Amino acid sequence: MDLLKAGFKEVKDAVTTKKISAVEVTKFFLARTEKLNPKLNAFIKMSDTALEDAAAIDKKISQGETVGPLAGVAFGIKDMLCTKGLRTTAGSKMLENFIPPYDATVVTRLKNAGVVVLGKLNQDEFAMGSSNETSYFGKCKNPWNEDYVPGGSSGGSASAQAARLAMGTIGTDTGGSIRQPSSFTGIVGVKPTYGRVSRYGIVAFASSLDQAGPMVSSVEDAALTLEVICGHDKMDSTTSQKPVPEFSKNLTTNIKGMKIGILKEYEKGVLHPDVEKTYRASLESLKKMGVEFVDVSVSLTEFAVPMYYLISASEASSNLARYDGVKYGFRADFKDLSSMNLDDFYSETRGQGFGTEVKRRIMLGTYCLSSGYFDAYYNKACQVRRMLRDQYVEAFKKCDAILSPVTTSPAFKLNERSKDTLAMYMNDIFTTSTNLAGLTGLSVPFGLSSEGLPIGMQLTGSHFEEQKILNIAYALESVSDVKGKTPHVF
Amino acid sequence: MIDQKTIEQIAKLARLNLKPYEAEYYSEQLSKVLGHFQHISAIDTNGIEPLVTPSEIEFYARPDEVVKVNSAEEMVANAPERAGHLFKVPPVV
Repeated sequence: MDLLKAGFKEVKDAVTTKKISAVEVTKFFLARTEKLNPKLNAFIKMSDTALEDAAAIDKKISQGETVGPLAGVAFGIKDMLCTKGLRTTAGSKMLENFIPPYDATVVTRLKNAGVVVLGKLNQDEFAMGSSNETSYFGKCKNPWNEDYVPGGSSGGSASAQAARLAMGTIGTDTGGSIRQPSSFTGIVGVKPTYGRVSRYGIVAFASSLDQAGPMVSSVEDAALTLEVICGHDKMDSTTSQKPVPEFSKNLTTNIKGMKIGILKEYEKGVLHPDVEKTYRASLESLKKMGVEFVDVSVSLTEFAVPMYYLISASEASSNLARYDGVKYGFRADFKDLSSMNLDDFYSETRGQGFGTEVKRRIMLGTYCLSSGYFDAYYNKACQVRRMLRDQYVEAFKKCDAILSPVTTSPAFKLNERSKDTLAMYMNDIFTTSTNLAGLTGLSVPFGLSSEGLPIGMQLTGSHFEEQKILNIAYALESVSDVKGKTPHVF
Repeated sequence: MIDQKTIEQIAKLARLNLKPYEAEYYSEQLSKVLGHFQHISAIDTNGIEPLVTPSEIEFYARPDEVVKVNSAEEMVANAPERAGHLFKVPPVV
């Protein structure tokens, strides 16, 4: 079996029938990580117990016990998700030495399904960034070309998955942080509907926008992961009690007659010629597959980026208030607590513990929530947010999914946009609406740029309609130009 | 334009010690981002209820049962400074 290409099902079948052991699978990926990670900086912490955990699965199998649907599959986890006993930093100095006393529900569910956790993946600090350049643990590289960013904020997940340092990875998406890096690195990334996946144990950035999801090599692996991680969790009251479909069993490339919406507002966007070409090619392919195109309008998407930055920064300023140097995390070095003023203690700790981008968003959020500005900014944004969602609900009465590019351009070079805040923000123009409206969205690799970098297409689905976008992605994947192509690190 | 004085006030509210160059930088950045929000301010939202939870989620309350989650020792294990099971902080009064 070729572990560089094998899907979850193939590996699980081989492990349960003892053609290969979970320990062998784990060793393979640990060795590959040891060799390639110094170049990429995708993993920032390896688990000390990965081999033990794998051996426990092999033992269960040899004793004839039942194992989960992902038995022996090796995963990397974004450092936003708490892992019991394994350092979890959110990419920040603030949590440099934080060892969680419990697992996030997503991690618990993966482990119960037989997944072996290899380690923790690099990311922008507190998931605030689109290039993985704000991480306290250093930049992460794109394995297709190390001069380029892997995207962000789930840059480590994208880089590790594209380089196959793991069989699967988990990312989080607040405004595009799963879909954009997936597009930049040629992998499949799904942001589930808000409420599909438990946020328990995930470091909170913007609670009304955050969702975790799979960043993997194929649509089938994404479907298999979603079956495991989705569903109601009593530890998160915002999770839906809707049943979780058997996404992988329902996959089909027969999408004849499906209605695909084209957003008028996105058509006038300024696209990089390679993205434009890939987008046109995807339309052509879908046409051949017998889909019907429908023009839809969601006029408020024009305002999605400023709306997103305002709402996410406001929620972040509130969520990040917990980092005060008292109960856990970084504390500034004080000689003598007894002569200290409490406010100075907080301010100095937070001033030193947070990076520049995080502080910028806390400042923006604090301003928008402060007395006298709350109605003009936060409340106003939330009102327009409802109008935006209602426009989407109307649009989805006419179509099954909306097709668009994920970003206006392929991956950009390291340091190229780190000084230009607005260029970086505008990068999120196609992805933020999905989170604001609570919809599901995914990126599926479809084309290559003239420089040989992958380009993904985005499918956005209505609330709890993951199956529809997975099926369209499954069909696109079967004719994708990226299929069979691998980054040069292979 | 968000002036230096406003920046200092926000930093105080957010409990963030900023260095002088940071204060200058954030003043410029905040003005830019809020400038983009001007277009949103012009949208008529009269009578619209603000949206916070974006998908339909049924209300759920779990049974009020005592369950053991973590021990006190586990919960203070990450404390920067502690005395037994207590967190050590500067005097507050």
